Amino acid sequence: MNMLQFIRTLISLLLLFSVLFGLVYPAVMTGFARLTFPGKARGSVISVNVIEMGSALIGQPFSRPEFFWGRPSATTPQPYNATASAGSNLGPLNVSLNERIIERVAVLRENDPGNSLPVPVDLVTASGSGLDPHISPAAAFYQVPRVARLRGLPEDRVRRLVEEQIENRPLDLFGEPRVNVLLLNLLLKRMAEKE
Amino acid sequence: MTALVWLQYALYFAILVLAAVPLGRYIARVYEGQDGIARRVLGPVERGIYRLAGIRADEETSWKQYALCLLAFNLVGALFVYLIQRFQGYLPFNPTHLPGVRPEIAFNTAVSFTTNTNWQAYGGETTMSHFTQMAGLTVQNFLSASTGMAVAITLARGFARRSTATVGSFWVDLTRGTLYVLLPLSLFLAGLLVSQGVVQTFDSSATVSLVEPQVDASGQMITEQILPLGPVASQVAIKQLGTNGGGYFNTNSAHPFENPTPFSNFLELMAILLIPAALCFTFGAMVRSPRHGWILLATMLALLVPLVVLCAATEYGGNPALVGLGLDQAAGNMEGKEVRFGTATSALWATVTTASSNGSVNSMHDSFTPLGGLAPMWLIQLGEVAFGGVGSGLYGLLMFAVIAVFIAGLMVGRTPEFLGKKLDAYEMKMASLVILIPSAAVLVGTAMACLLPDVAAAAPNPGPHGFSEILYAFSSAANNNGSAFAGLDAGGRFYTVALGICMLIGRYWVIVPVLAVAGSLARKPVVPPSAGTLPTDTPLFVVLLVGTVLLVGALTFIPALALGPIVEHLRFAVAAGGVP
Repeated sequence: MNMLQFIRTLISLLLLFSVLFGLVYPAVMTGFARLTFPGKARGSVISVNVIEMGSALIGQPFSRPEFFWGRPSATTPQPYNATASAGSNLGPLNVSLNERIIERVAVLRENDPGNSLPVPVDLVTASGSGLDPHISPAAAFYQVPRVARLRGLPEDRVRRLVEEQIENRPLDLFGEPRVNVLLLNLLLKRMAEKE
Repeated sequence: MTALVWLQYALYFAILVLAAVPLGRYIARVYEGQDGIARRVLGPVERGIYRLAGIRADEETSWKQYALCLLAFNLVGALFVYLIQRFQGYLPFNPTHLPGVRPEIAFNTAVSFTTNTNWQAYGGETTMSHFTQMAGLTVQNFLSASTGMAVAITLARGFARRSTATVGSFWVDLTRGTLYVLLPLSLFLAGLLVSQGVVQTFDSSATVSLVEPQVDASGQMITEQILPLGPVASQVAIKQLGTNGGGYFNTNSAHPFENPTPFSNFLELMAILLIPAALCFTFGAMVRSPRHGWILLATMLALLVPLVVLCAATEYGGNPALVGLGLDQAAGNMEGKEVRFGTATSALWATVTTASSNGSVNSMHDSFTPLGGLAPMWLIQLGEVAFGGVGSGLYGLLMFAVIAVFIAGLMVGRTPEFLGKKLDAYEMKMASLVILIPSAAVLVGTAMACLLPDVAAAAPNPGPHGFSEILYAFSSAANNNGSAFAGLDAGGRFYTVALGICMLIGRYWVIVPVLAVAGSLARKPVVPPSAGTLPTDTPLFVVLLVGTVLLVGALTFIPALALGPIVEHLRFAVAAGGVP
């Protein structure tokens, strides 16, 4: 093995692999994605009356009490900042985790004075990505009385809306049942507008 | 833990083993140069690469030359990734006009991706251009994985060959691993991931309206949300299959665009362990003893499964510090977890990703309960041998097997032999180096970080949890895992450089001794088994091997773990109103 030959092999192998795996492979996959799942490949954007109203996969912030609220988000500078996903990374015994949760529970109770049920834990803990689009069905049902009261809708209609939006486990086995907060709120808005 | 959780776990491991058996045999055929479907399609590409790079496919080398090729190729690869990052501002596919990456971050990242660690000192969506992600990081995802496989295959050849001076050709092994194993699997997986909603486009981002406009801290109205896009599915597929683990986005596979559904999560989980599990059977096929493949896989499962259960059980217990705040914690400890995965799948992922040297995450390990976080941390510290990285897990475990045979030989007066090869002091020394070097890097690195006041302050969580964050970081780097207790601010100069050095030590100071063992074994003749031979294809040997791994892992790390997660767990018990 002479030195020049060795260097030629090194450099040409690296360049060949870079073209193959760095350009050809992603380009082939992008072409495939555009042909087969064009919407999903570009972020599952949902349009309402031609306006692009968010992505079915990325959560949005909701703070007005007449909407269903999603998970707390630890992204900065504002919650649900999709350009900088982040979790809180607070340890389980960190005092500020405790303080944040107390505050979130207080806000929930303040907006729904009659409700003294235990708060489902996912509603007051920050998600891993800060962009979690879902809450548990329990967390959605917990909010039904508040949303129904503030929107002047019958409680069982709102409850039925939530039930229809529950996505179950595939094969009843993997992951968890969940409700997409953005989709739920879009439907809620439409229902309220029809009234 | 409900029956559903147990069923989910059982099904996962059952499907894994079922898929690993045929794949393992296929991989053995690939490296032995036999024909197959992939070869019929991609054979011309392989021959084209050899012609353009001036490689002679039939030219084998000694282990020293093999190691030299490997090191040189990895060095050039790391330099290339470093330069791409530094100059990404002048390169194409940079739609958001990101500037060149800071030198220490670029060093850390280049090392991280060539060593198959994929520790991320940066946030992907805010630091790296599409070009850097594709031509730099995705390429190294393939090459570092194939490098690991090549070393494992070489070691298998060492056991299989008799009185031979050569161990193979690094160029050929590297090419075959990428073309015939990693590429077809990646294409398949990436296609499935796109069907689930993982994004794959050259567009930089999409802008959408907020349903409820928000007012930010400075009183500005925010009416839009910017969704970062990119060629994500292609990178996620190889990051899981190659046990790389470096995410396209900052929060890795917790990000909905990397892992949108429970089904995508299942596919990615399967991809993480698939090749490491299959390589057990590849080894069995190459040394003409399929039973040894099962023995290795059984050892890996015996190490992993109890820690999966520990992690899941403690995470389901919820956080006792939150008792009395009016919460319903039936869903478990949900801080840092995504609803679509929940506690069961998050705990499985956390342990699987650390048992293998993958290191991608679908939940934030930093927010796990103390014992829930101890499980992944200890799996890393065991040396990444329960599955481990593609290739690196197998050769790591085989080094432990050398030690186990030697210890057993001392205990019962047997001659240390493994697969008909007599093990001498030379092999023992090399195996000891493989085990001691990463452990030393973890402990020395952690101690240094704790002694430097500014550096220790980078751990944002107070008390023992802050120490856990530092210990986890060095464990992850020196064992080439790449996951983190991500609260630690590892972007500063000390951590980027120190962790970079740990990654280099943990990778190459292990690979070279392993190749040395391969070379030494290949030269030896095979001795026929005698009455004094310890059988190594029995359940008893699994027990011995598991015992050896646990003994070394426990003796080395329990003192350090006692200062972090174990102290924290005791405080946890106090919070729960248990032990005073």
